[in-house]
Amino acid sequence: MREYLLGNVAIARGILEAGCGLASGYPGTPSSEIVESLAPWAGEQGMHVEWSVNEKVAMEVAIGGSWAGTRSVVTMKHVGLNVAADPFMTLAYLGVGGGLVIISADDPYCHSSQNEQDSRRYAQFADIPCLDPADPQEAKDMAIYAFGLSEKLNLPVMLRPTTRVSHARSDVETGTIQKPSQGAGFDKNPRRRVALPVHVRPLHRELLSKQEALAGELESAPWNSLTLRGDHGIIASGISGLYAGEAIARMDLNLSFLRVGTFPPPFELVKKMVEHCNVLMVVEELEPVLEEQVERIALRYNPGLKILGKSSGALPRDGEFDLLQVDNAVATMAGEQTRSAPILPREILPPRPPSLCPGCSHRATYYAMRKAFGRDAVYPSDIGCYTMAVGMGTVDTCLCMGASITVASGIRFGGEERPICCSLGDSTFLHSGLTGLLNAAYNKARITVAVLDNSTTAMTGHQPHPGTGVMATGEATSRVSLEEISRALGAGLVETVSPYDLDAAVQTFRRAREHPGLSVVIAEQACVIGARRSGERRRPFRVRDSCTGCKKCVEFGCPAIEFVDEKASINALCTGCGVCAQICPIGSVEVVE
Amino acid sequence: MKTSQSDIVIVGVGGQGVILISDVLGRAAVKAGLPVRGAETHGMAQRGGSVINHTRIGCGFSPMVAEGGADVLLALEPAEALRFGQYLAPGGVAIVNTERVLPVTVTTGVSEYPDLESMLAPLRETAKVRTLAASELARQAGTAQAMNVVMLGALSRYIPIPEDLLLEALKDVVPPRYMEANMKAFQLGKAEVQ
Repeated sequence: MREYLLGNVAIARGILEAGCGLASGYPGTPSSEIVESLAPWAGEQGMHVEWSVNEKVAMEVAIGGSWAGTRSVVTMKHVGLNVAADPFMTLAYLGVGGGLVIISADDPYCHSSQNEQDSRRYAQFADIPCLDPADPQEAKDMAIYAFGLSEKLNLPVMLRPTTRVSHARSDVETGTIQKPSQGAGFDKNPRRRVALPVHVRPLHRELLSKQEALAGELESAPWNSLTLRGDHGIIASGISGLYAGEAIARMDLNLSFLRVGTFPPPFELVKKMVEHCNVLMVVEELEPVLEEQVERIALRYNPGLKILGKSSGALPRDGEFDLLQVDNAVATMAGEQTRSAPILPREILPPRPPSLCPGCSHRATYYAMRKAFGRDAVYPSDIGCYTMAVGMGTVDTCLCMGASITVASGIRFGGEERPICCSLGDSTFLHSGLTGLLNAAYNKARITVAVLDNSTTAMTGHQPHPGTGVMATGEATSRVSLEEISRALGAGLVETVSPYDLDAAVQTFRRAREHPGLSVVIAEQACVIGARRSGERRRPFRVRDSCTGCKKCVEFGCPAIEFVDEKASINALCTGCGVCAQICPIGSVEVVE
Repeated sequence: MKTSQSDIVIVGVGGQGVILISDVLGRAAVKAGLPVRGAETHGMAQRGGSVINHTRIGCGFSPMVAEGGADVLLALEPAEALRFGQYLAPGGVAIVNTERVLPVTVTTGVSEYPDLESMLAPLRETAKVRTLAASELARQAGTAQAMNVVMLGALSRYIPIPEDLLLEALKDVVPPRYMEANMKAFQLGKAEVQ
């Protein structure tokens, strides 16, 4: 049957068709919809599907599942693999039980990320195979293939979609969903499961000796295809293969073409291209992983080969490619006319950056925080929707998940004397803020930690976490108290306040600032999107004629507040949070009765 | 050779329902037996920011439309029409909802919002521009939420998919209780660009 599927939904479909029995992950754009799409099948299929607390946890849960003999998958975004890198690297030595697939979704151009690292490098580093799909169909088919390959090689296999695969849609041919494999249980085998030096030394040798078998498997994999034609050629991987293929078709060029979907790349096929061509262009986004292999093979088999790519400057090593860019690179190599996009006076347009939603409680929290701590205080922050509040002056740093508390501690220990108030969301706090808070308490960091608790993982699409009392499948579970856990980790002052009560929030932040040790403020207010979805409606507000146009409410920056004819005005986006009514110095904002 | 039957770029502001239009197009294309590709904006970029969606009907390559390659630019907001106008192919069609959504940079007085004509005139130099008050038409149809379906109705005149398949696909994605208003919205949009 053909269906129009999102790349990530297609991957989930492949996981179901492979009879996978366990799926874990931590949300992260562009990977989140894979676990979300699997969750509804958990009950029906008898599959274990979970949102884990972080990527390291997710990776280890999937490893455990595999070692119990069950086909298992773990999903994350590229930077999540950094968090999970510890188990990931040693796993390759120890091997798998049931097929184990690691999905790390890359984000060239950082559409929704803090960097654009290339997961293929990680696979290379760990000596495991990596599959690089070009579109949703290939991603789905590769997911199925990956489980079998993993079992055949006794290695984890990486599937590495990029944003333009995960968040692409296309017509996809679906197959039959298999009942999940039920593993035989954990097989005690210390030499393969206990990473003692005496065990891992031979396992490292074994891993290296597997590389030949691995290369042989990938050589004949259906994801690599070679067409030998003219003496100019293109080797491309992932979505770049589609761009290059389209350029060849559009200009009807007589080029040789190798599309690569596996890493390490297929040695024999690359060798054939290298020997056949005089000029070869390598087209791949981000790191020159494929290009380096081509260079190495060319050195031995055709040293005179002219290689166009990142080293030559034909294509960049950063950012995301687009069709016109690749089309022009191919046209240049082939001696055809290049094309250019129309140039329009876009500079007349007002910027429209992403921003916090109308009524978002983070805006109110930061307003209260700044009022209590002052503009001069230092505000380390973290990864989440609230990073978009950088314009409010309360986001001074953003490095990686959970780094707010630890960086704040270091700034204090590094000699900073001004007040320090760091902020992070509830999901981020539970992901990797807890260890930082424990460390701050243990080492006596005199800082304030604000947990912006909107009771969801908002940025990635509202996934539940251990602070919500709900599991990925929707099932109710235990709910961790952010207050209690903060106290247990050693915070001296812990208070919870609703940021919609602006005065109370400012008072709470003032007490935290005055506290001589480590303080935690939990700013608790449900995400406006989540609240609306659960049916909550508040009366909107309006501005009375008495408005003097002082702009205090306008400067708050809520998209529901406009400045029209020298007066403030509230538009239809108002969610009724009422914070602007508390900001107005003369009481000109009132609720619509 | 021509590598796609119809390349469409749909732009707007996060929350306006750009993805729904593409979803309906894709499902309808599958019903019509045509290969179809789409690419959409998720995550951080969505939150009140500019969003762009690529949809290629009768195409077996990547989901991305080339700059200078779109047969139709469907703009749910007029400033976004110009912001992504470089996607329009020479001789292409821009279908533009004239109701503006002010970005925070304008509401807070940092930037100014240009008048409609100064945004559309540059597009008219190389393409045909069709404007409609889609938000108002949606209110007439019974719900302002259906603005995106008004735009879909207008788009239906410019794509190689039969109307009955588009409406069938619309039924697949819209809850039954909103279907009547959405059908009305579709027809109002279609009539507007006659």
